Amino acid sequence: MAWQNWLLLLILLSSMVPGLIIFTLAESNRGWRTALNLCGAVVKMILVLVMIIGISQGQRFAVALPLLPGVDLVLRADPLSALFVALSSLLWLFTTLYAVAYLEDSPNRSHFFGYFSLCVTVTIGIALAGNLLTFLFFFEMLTLTTYPLVIHRGTAEAMAAGRVYLLYTLTGGLLLFLGVVWLYVLVGEVDFSRQGLLMPLLDGHRPALIGIFCLLISGVGVKAALVPLHGWLPRAMVAPAPVSALLHAVAVVKAGAFGIMRIVLDVYGLPLTSGLGLLMPLMLVATCTILYGSLLALRQDNLKRLLAYSTVSQVSYIVLGITIGNPLAIMGGMVHLIHQGIMKITLFFCAGNIAETLGVHAISRMNGVGRRLPLTMGAFTLAAMGMIGLPPLAGFVSKWYLGLGAINQGEGWLLVVLVLSTLLNAAYFLPIIYRAWFREQEGPWPKDSGAMGLWECHWMLVVPPLLTAAISLLVGLLANSTLSPLAWVRFIVTTRYEPW
Amino acid sequence: MNLSPDSSAWIIWPVVVPLLGAVVCFLYKKKPRLAGHFFAVVTCGTSTVLGWQVLSQGVGRHLLGGWSPPLGISLRADGPAALMVMMTAVTGLGITLYSGGYFQSRLAGDSQDHRFRAQEQSFWPLWLLLWAALNGLFLSGDIFNIYISLELVALSSVGLTVLSGKPPSLVAAMRYLLVSLLGSLTFLLGVGFFYKAHGTLELAVISKALAPTPPVIMALALVSVGLMLKTALFPFHFWLPPAHANALAPVSAILSALVIKGSWYLFYRFWQGGGLLAAVGIVPALLGSVAIIWGAFQAFSQQRLKMLVAYSTVAQIGYLFVAFPLLVDSAGQGRDALFYFAISHSCAKAAMFLAAGTFFLQLGHDRIRDLAGVRQLLPVSSFAFALGGVSLMGLPPSGGFIAKYLLVSKAISQDLWWLALIAVVGSGLTAVYVFRAVSSVLSPHLLEERPLLVVAASMQWSALALALLAIVLGIMAPLPLALLEVT
Repeated sequence: MAWQNWLLLLILLSSMVPGLIIFTLAESNRGWRTALNLCGAVVKMILVLVMIIGISQGQRFAVALPLLPGVDLVLRADPLSALFVALSSLLWLFTTLYAVAYLEDSPNRSHFFGYFSLCVTVTIGIALAGNLLTFLFFFEMLTLTTYPLVIHRGTAEAMAAGRVYLLYTLTGGLLLFLGVVWLYVLVGEVDFSRQGLLMPLLDGHRPALIGIFCLLISGVGVKAALVPLHGWLPRAMVAPAPVSALLHAVAVVKAGAFGIMRIVLDVYGLPLTSGLGLLMPLMLVATCTILYGSLLALRQDNLKRLLAYSTVSQVSYIVLGITIGNPLAIMGGMVHLIHQGIMKITLFFCAGNIAETLGVHAISRMNGVGRRLPLTMGAFTLAAMGMIGLPPLAGFVSKWYLGLGAINQGEGWLLVVLVLSTLLNAAYFLPIIYRAWFREQEGPWPKDSGAMGLWECHWMLVVPPLLTAAISLLVGLLANSTLSPLAWVRFIVTTRYEPW
Repeated sequence: MNLSPDSSAWIIWPVVVPLLGAVVCFLYKKKPRLAGHFFAVVTCGTSTVLGWQVLSQGVGRHLLGGWSPPLGISLRADGPAALMVMMTAVTGLGITLYSGGYFQSRLAGDSQDHRFRAQEQSFWPLWLLLWAALNGLFLSGDIFNIYISLELVALSSVGLTVLSGKPPSLVAAMRYLLVSLLGSLTFLLGVGFFYKAHGTLELAVISKALAPTPPVIMALALVSVGLMLKTALFPFHFWLPPAHANALAPVSAILSALVIKGSWYLFYRFWQGGGLLAAVGIVPALLGSVAIIWGAFQAFSQQRLKMLVAYSTVAQIGYLFVAFPLLVDSAGQGRDALFYFAISHSCAKAAMFLAAGTFFLQLGHDRIRDLAGVRQLLPVSSFAFALGGVSLMGLPPSGGFIAKYLLVSKAISQDLWWLALIAVVGSGLTAVYVFRAVSSVLSPHLLEERPLLVVAASMQWSALALALLAIVLGIMAPLPLALLEVT
């Protein structure tokens, strides 16, 4: 096997092996645990960089393992997987740093970091999956590895949230399973690289194709939190902040959105999807989700729940971009996978800081937080502005391309949706920013763990959000440079989806 | 029938070695544990040789002592038989290692020294006898020997069930004995009918020649009912949960993982020919479907962990029967699904029962509610329990997932949608009860109770090894499936 094939396995192992070792470490063994985690994260970053450079030079990375006669487990790196892999490994590094400080002195850390690493491994597996069965394989494992993280606190509320989470995701998994098996019975191996695979079935198997599409999309739609399958997401907010950050920005929700991309773009292909009349319904679901999520976010007083509903809304931009279906809109949707991840993880880091340092969870208690935690609130403000879509931040770029795509496609009404959603975003983010910076503090904080030297709280809690906020500014400012996510997305779209 | 007597002499060793071991353990009362381990390892080795021989050289036949049936004993090792022998060997080795630690911990931790020693002295010979009988059952070529091994399996399992000595287990064992005898008698009656109709006891001949004449139908019905009774297929499952749940920890694992597979395997052997399957294959499938649903609901409503695991066996037995309508055509995927369910259930269920037994030994109870936090005390066992659950639910990567995939895809390709739906719904229900237990076991609570005794490391790690095997079966399917192809 050439080194190119080993690379994909190494990328998986670079987080799996540390995870498995961490399970065996004693609770008090903080040094080794942190070292292993960070080593794994850095090694993974380097390997992913090698992979991305290789792909951009036209090298091929693939490895296959026979699972059953006629069915292989395939890992393959195409430009789209590279996009998701890059996001996951970059944000894993930041989240690990953050989590080390966040969970200081709390119980069960070995357990936490073990599952945390496995969760990232599985997410990378989803990104690298080369066919639909491999995707299903990792997608189901994601449920298993995230469940222990959701119930990590062990309170009655956390256990209940865990039950709801399982109910939604396992049911979704079964639907997905049924759809995948049905499709395999119809056509055999469903490889993502073979476009137009299902086209010949259009004449004879139209109802079956529609049925399978519904099964597949509702299966992944649970994790992507499409309305009405989003109920688990706000409840899962009881998990510790790094977990929420990971679930929202990288792992679960993104895996769902990524799955929709794979199914619509690579399994069915846009021509077939629109030929079956399925693009429009999916677009309607996406618009409903965008608006409904924002409307519910407006009503929240708990900061993390607000962010959760905001995720429900924002992730559907990705789906919207795919369903509009012209290259510009697809670019907008795809690049939002990255942009939303970076901005949302910043917001969750900040929410976690505020809760950990000051004990403040409710937005109504956030008056004057900006004075006490200026760096945290600075990062928060930047990310929130990005979410609203102010230029030149990351969110603006996504919305710009989505809007351009919608106009080009002749779907002008979507502009109204985009504007409405932007107004709603502003309506729930601006009051928070206003309270934090311009209102006076009311009474003492519920608790205050105090400043640490130069920093307003533990430096490992402040640096990650500052970095991710800076990145969200940079990817917007430098969107047109050759190194930006947008450039990579343009590369994906021009090489694969341009003909349509 | 003119085979040279020692053409495939390696077939006899997986039967002879544990039989010899049983005798040695029975006579050498001082250190039965040592002898038991030794013979278990050797049996495992000879079983592996058997599997390898079948894989590389094809079906093996052997006439014991050169006598041809009906006087002599004929042994026949094809792919399915070899796979079952291998399954018994691997699961059996795990259970043996666990048992060593189990008796050691109990002897070290308690003053009722004498009772435990007596328990152990009976355990090893009975367990090895059971192992020999199971291998005999898998490898026998004629129905009469099969009947003998079936009786030996039943008697030694009842003997193992009573070992715990507690009143509930005595009652359960008595019921088990009666049901088992009833099953054997029905089976024997059916065998008589077969002999009358075909004039031979050769199983391969009989199952190929199943013609829908009244005596043959009668014979098949009797044999099937007898075997369903012994396998505890719904509605004959009533005896299983108390018998399996109240036994000693290693015994529960033996009964649930291995013993029921013996009678199930015979059921498959009688039905595999396919002559009657198209007409009546629906019957076991319907009973299996009900078992899947009913067993899952019962498992969910249990308060004790071992009862939950035992009812889960009732549900999983349903999966072992639900695929029978898929055996009609020769593609073999239906058979693959059945056997994959059997082997992955064997590893996963053994791991879960062994882990549950460790919890019981450590805490003195197995109330699911009060198990919260046991993870801190027994991390390895808890992890083993959870991994076993993953395979039962059929989530990847696990043998259960492969089995579910084979089953559902075969059902869809034959347009048996109800079957595909039952399998999928069943795995959802499995998830519900498995997570009820797993969320308690894995929950991050702090346990208040003090452990009763120190648990040997081998108890924790043997369970984990079996659970990991159930997981690994999910990515090494080509090997067992290749073995199954040898017929």
